Amino acid sequence: MALLTVKDLHIHFHTRNGIVKAVNGVEFSLEKGETLGIVGESGSGKTVCCYSLLGLLPTPPARIESGSAMFEGNDLLNMSEQDLRKIRGNRIAMIFQDPMTSLNPFMKLGEQLTEPLTTHNDISKQEARKRAIAAMQEVGIPEPERRIDCYPHEFSGGMRQRVMIAMALVTEPDILIADEPTTALDVTIQAQILDLIKKLQRERSISVIFISHDLGVIAGCADKIIVMHEGNIVESGTTDEIYYQTKHDYTKKLLNAIPSSAKPESAVFHAEEGSEPIFKIDGLLTHFPISDGGVFSGKTDECCKAVDDVSLQLLEGETLGLVGESGCGKSTMAKSIMRLVDITAGSITLNGKDLTRLEGEELKTARAEFQMVFQDPYASLNPRMTVYDLLAEAIYVQKNCSKDELLKQVVSLMDDVGLPAKAIRKYPHEFSGGQRQRIAIARALALKPRLLIADEPVSALDVTIQAQILDLLLELVKKYQITMIFISHDLSVVRYLTDRTAVMYGGKIVEYGNTEDVFNNPQHLYTKSLLSAIPIADPNKERTRQRVAYTADQIA
Amino acid sequence: MIKFIFIRLLQAIPVLLIVMTITFVLIHAAPGGPFSAERAVPPEVIEALNAQYNLDDPVHVQFFIYLNNVLHGDFGPSFKYTGRSVTEVIAAGMPITFELGLYAMLIALILGISAGVIASLKPNTMQDYVPMSLAMTGICLPTFVMGPLMVLVFAIWLDWLPVSGWGYIPGDKILPSLTLGFAYAAYIARLSRGGMLEILSQDFIRTARAKGLSTAAIVFRHALRGGMQPVVSFMGPALAGLLSGSFVVETIFQIPGMGRYFVQAAFNRDYTLILGTTIFFATLIIIFNLLADIVTVWLNPRLRDSSNSSN
Repeated sequence: MALLTVKDLHIHFHTRNGIVKAVNGVEFSLEKGETLGIVGESGSGKTVCCYSLLGLLPTPPARIESGSAMFEGNDLLNMSEQDLRKIRGNRIAMIFQDPMTSLNPFMKLGEQLTEPLTTHNDISKQEARKRAIAAMQEVGIPEPERRIDCYPHEFSGGMRQRVMIAMALVTEPDILIADEPTTALDVTIQAQILDLIKKLQRERSISVIFISHDLGVIAGCADKIIVMHEGNIVESGTTDEIYYQTKHDYTKKLLNAIPSSAKPESAVFHAEEGSEPIFKIDGLLTHFPISDGGVFSGKTDECCKAVDDVSLQLLEGETLGLVGESGCGKSTMAKSIMRLVDITAGSITLNGKDLTRLEGEELKTARAEFQMVFQDPYASLNPRMTVYDLLAEAIYVQKNCSKDELLKQVVSLMDDVGLPAKAIRKYPHEFSGGQRQRIAIARALALKPRLLIADEPVSALDVTIQAQILDLLLELVKKYQITMIFISHDLSVVRYLTDRTAVMYGGKIVEYGNTEDVFNNPQHLYTKSLLSAIPIADPNKERTRQRVAYTADQIA
Repeated sequence: MIKFIFIRLLQAIPVLLIVMTITFVLIHAAPGGPFSAERAVPPEVIEALNAQYNLDDPVHVQFFIYLNNVLHGDFGPSFKYTGRSVTEVIAAGMPITFELGLYAMLIALILGISAGVIASLKPNTMQDYVPMSLAMTGICLPTFVMGPLMVLVFAIWLDWLPVSGWGYIPGDKILPSLTLGFAYAAYIARLSRGGMLEILSQDFIRTARAKGLSTAAIVFRHALRGGMQPVVSFMGPALAGLLSGSFVVETIFQIPGMGRYFVQAAFNRDYTLILGTTIFFATLIIIFNLLADIVTVWLNPRLRDSSNSSN
């Protein structure tokens, strides 16, 4: 008999604007020691489904209309809150997407790690602490005896996710529900966390429900998969069936949306003979001083070398992928080019002008030539301005033009990014994430800049939407001959989009070359390690993928 | 942390100087003086008094004499309470005002936090509306309405508690403390509700629920520490307000605290007493705000670390 059997699950959200059918008749079963992957894009109901099992949905507005979830002869959906609490965090534990916000910042790790034990068992504080330390050891946190008394902010994202896993496993649960556990992490950290989950599962033979939007991640860890779309299961089967004998169109669409290949030939950049670079960075340093907390100046000689001696050149219309993990300095480099932070030394030349020497009015005018698209389209557009205001503002801060002229330009921008002209009076919240990023791109392109910096523009989007935005960027860059710097942690996206690739590590560019060369024949150990950490959406390849490990000493 | 406190104390010096200067200029600009009275006093008496208290010097000379005295810890004699120094008057009234303020604060915290937390657990239901409407009433009703109302109900109609006084009859401290505490309880309730709602929507509360914790454990162990931050920040100004704003309650209930001296000093043009009490209250306000900030930092481990290293 299966450990957990979910049947005919229907969950509706009763909102002011009517009923939203979040989950429609979901069914699955989970055996002991098995991993079930639930795949789907945002809004597919995959998370709602799993939250309902533990009674974590906010009710109202959510309501479980029908269905059952049998766990050891009891229906989880028809249990009193008190009985369910005994299972939650004890027999069925959960880890969440964002380790940065999922731990309580006001409490020491020890307190948070022992809580599941002391809540569910009659156990002394010392004993609980001992077991918490053992759990930290098991998930690979160094010096657990000392670090158990730290606060979460003293840990990196990857370490915090290890803490979350230790916290979930400390009570030795039967089922672990992992809700996008690696989505917020860097690719090499993601690989470590996935290995850890797989290892723990093997050793303890617990069952795992693994929720993810990433078919590459799922390919390597799931035994069987259900694919969800708009609350329905569109396809289910063993992992191999889903990947190699795909039946449903939606699954095919998901698999095809993953940019796995090189740039389409039509979009490849061909330099003209003897053309001069339009954009040059020479010996760029951006250092931040570190204060020692002294009473008077607080200045020390030490500094954080966020960008450390970077030089590169780009031809007009060329696209550069800037790759690296969080903290490598890629965003600081973008901000330095945008003149949003003060640089320490070096020069940045665009179209013959040294951007680092511009001040005041000159700088303001020159900004028309370099623009930026930011990562989070939910936060980067002012929610109190209409699309028209957002786009028109970008134009009239630089140019005097009549109202009619302005409207004409805004409408043509909307057309460029594939949005209907009649939507210009709407506010950002009325658009989806992909549409909002289109607005952000339109805003950046409003003045036809020579240089466009795109900082992780698709990392907040679903994979099918991501593919559309990437194609849009390719098309516009080509159409207006824009030179683009595309910053991303997602290597497959970079490969699909760019002509040249620069790999950054610790503020320095460790590898730089034609994108295809970098991907096919990486020279630097760090590049090799990064490339080997990318999950592949192909179960056979993913299961046998060999990772190249590196240590900080080897690179420095 | 030490650096932070040190800088804040340094900042207090110009603040106190400015407060003192403005008060000094304003009271001297106000018509009349400490010795003007209804009754005609012979001019030579006034002159003699003015000479004794240096009031015949030009204002700026008076200012520097006063400043010099203050820097030596001497706030001068009271003009009206003959024979008593300003320090003595403050020392007599202050303990009573402090005691009243302390009780009022305790009442405000207990009532306010409970109401706010209860309301935040079920937002937009009766459990939220009832305590929040009461809090709104508390904010809208000024103490000079609340005070007589409480006297009418509890002292006159029900005859449970004394009408006025402080420490004369058992139980006479209850009504003034309640009256003063209520307005602040109302503010604290609203702040706690807001703070708790913010924290309860955080991801780590979801984590806590997924661990199988009870609502009580979630509220007390996980949410309260973060949810009370707005209340802690408000404590500084609130304590200062309780002390300097107690004169209405002190007047209603005939309490010989500092507030009454403060108001009477202003009417009497008792220059030294006004200046003395103003400087005293300003110092208290600065200290309480500093304490509130220190507690805020201490409650938040992230701030605690950054104030140790950078900042």
